Amino acid sequence: MLELKSLHKSYKMGSNYLHVLKGINFKVNEGELVAIMGSSGSGKSTLLNILGMLDSADKGSYFLDKIEIKNLDETKAAKYRNEFLGFVFQSFNLINYKNAVENVALPLYYRGISRKKRQTEALNFLQKVGLSNWSTHLPSELSGGQKQRVAIARALVSNPKVLLADEPTGALDSKTSNEVMSIIQKINNEGKTILVVTHEEEIAKMCKRVVKLKDGLIIEDKYIKQKLL
Amino acid sequence: MNSFKMLFDSEIWQEIFGSIKKNKIRTIITVIGVLWGIFIYVVLSGAAKGLDNGFERQFSNVAINSLFVWAESTSIPYEGFKIGRFPRLKLDDVEILKKRIPEIKYIVPRNARGTFSGGSPANIVRGDNSGNYAIYGDYPDFIKIATKEIYEGGRFINESDIKNNRKVCVIGERTLTELFDLEENPIGQYVRIDNVYFKVIGVSVFRQGSPFDSDSDVFIPFSTYQNLYNTGNKVDWFNIAAYENADVVEVEKKIKSTLKRIHRVHPNDKRAFGSFNLGEIFNKIFGFAKGMTFLSMVVGIATILAGVIGIGNILLISVKERTKELGVRRALGATPNEIRSQILLESVFLTISSGIIGIILASFVLALINYNTLDLNDFPYTNPTVPIKFISLALFLMVALGTIIGLIPAQRAVSIKPIDALREE
Repeated sequence: MLELKSLHKSYKMGSNYLHVLKGINFKVNEGELVAIMGSSGSGKSTLLNILGMLDSADKGSYFLDKIEIKNLDETKAAKYRNEFLGFVFQSFNLINYKNAVENVALPLYYRGISRKKRQTEALNFLQKVGLSNWSTHLPSELSGGQKQRVAIARALVSNPKVLLADEPTGALDSKTSNEVMSIIQKINNEGKTILVVTHEEEIAKMCKRVVKLKDGLIIEDKYIKQKLL
Repeated sequence: MNSFKMLFDSEIWQEIFGSIKKNKIRTIITVIGVLWGIFIYVVLSGAAKGLDNGFERQFSNVAINSLFVWAESTSIPYEGFKIGRFPRLKLDDVEILKKRIPEIKYIVPRNARGTFSGGSPANIVRGDNSGNYAIYGDYPDFIKIATKEIYEGGRFINESDIKNNRKVCVIGERTLTELFDLEENPIGQYVRIDNVYFKVIGVSVFRQGSPFDSDSDVFIPFSTYQNLYNTGNKVDWFNIAAYENADVVEVEKKIKSTLKRIHRVHPNDKRAFGSFNLGEIFNKIFGFAKGMTFLSMVVGIATILAGVIGIGNILLISVKERTKELGVRRALGATPNEIRSQILLESVFLTISSGIIGIILASFVLALINYNTLDLNDFPYTNPTVPIKFISLALFLMVALGTIIGLIPAQRAVSIKPIDALREE
């Protein structure tokens, strides 16, 4: 589903270059639930940004569903992001003047789907995360866990090939973290490929595979026994 | 999706309204900026137009390109004549001036008593009523220079009156009320002017506020005047109208130098002939009105510009505020073009809607001014309106400026990389 070959990335910091990714080789099959771990500075966020087409690599190749992702202009990147990827962020990143269902419907708007159809689809996915009664509430009226569930619904509504979650439980207490992770597990069991960036062992254990990054290299890549919620 | 298509896409408008509604205070402040600009522009140029119209109304009864010339006394000895001689304008001068100066459209000799030119006013008697009034000896062409209106049923002096030395007269409104009874028809009646009976042929309309009109003047044929007061060939002054495209100042110079030659006055004698150049004064007045219009346009456009810049400024701040939101939109699949169009349309929409409100408010104010100056006669102010041309110019300007100014925040919004916008602080 997703393949990286000797991926390099460095940033210019003044007169120095900071070599962040030093040759990542990494392959994810369809239906996997992968935890990407690493301390800050290990390059895990950079890796996720490249996977999310928010950033581009300097060297190496990136295939997503057999399509090579390279030399993207912003318009094309936007199209790919919309079609292939779903994002879940640590700070939810809901649009605060749109209610739950409008937030969920947003990716479909950029896909050019009619309002009526967007509304039905968005409601479907809100129901999936258990929030159909909260569809007309603004983000400010929702709890942290509810917000993240709205964000997950929004990431799923466009039926992406891969779901990218950047510290999805980082801003949540352990009880709501578990709620969110159980939804992620449920979606994964329905066949969705999911990558979760986290620094918490607890969260990593709930995934099926753990990839550890250190100083820009993968130091460990193993399949684990998933802790089901 | 290109921007033009997006203009007709109801979805983008829902996005724009969402963002406008959400930032109410921002929106109101922005709208007030442009609204005030267009309001000032329309009210000022409307007011200036009112002044312009007022002047035009005020002088509508005089040919704009006209001047008066009269004789004074010489100040330089010439060809054996001493200084202080009084040259006399003659009827024969008319033909010579006409022949030598092709720019002259009409030249009308006039004689008068009881006005600024001296002489005692005419004593006019009808029955038991009598009074002293200024009296003019006139040619029919006079009403072509100073468009005198005559009340219905009457007429002004005509060629045949001149030829036959008819004893006919046109009287003023005040003369009418002082000599005749109310509701009495004066036309065809007789009055006694300095002991000679004259038939009244017309009553001239008095135009209030006009600087060259009196309500009591009496007009008789020039030839009759000559006989009545024994003035011979003498002319008190000439009323001259030049063609519309002629330079009146130049025409005035030519007339004076021709008169100097005819009457043997030194070419450099500045005091031998006096003149009053209406055309020059009109030009100054209309120049003033035009200047006012121009000034109000400049001030108005500058105010609009300031307002639009305000919009750009506020949008720039709002783009900064919404950096994260725009980043999220980009991550969810918004193309740079869509983001750009959204910000741009927001700017243009805010500009136009506030502009339209401004125009409506300004129209109310102009209507109010119009209502209050409706029967103002001694102040030159009529019908303050703004030509559609100016309004369209303002609207066009606003759209153009709104677009240009909107481009700055729009470009800024696009230049923010989604990755930077989303970075957790």
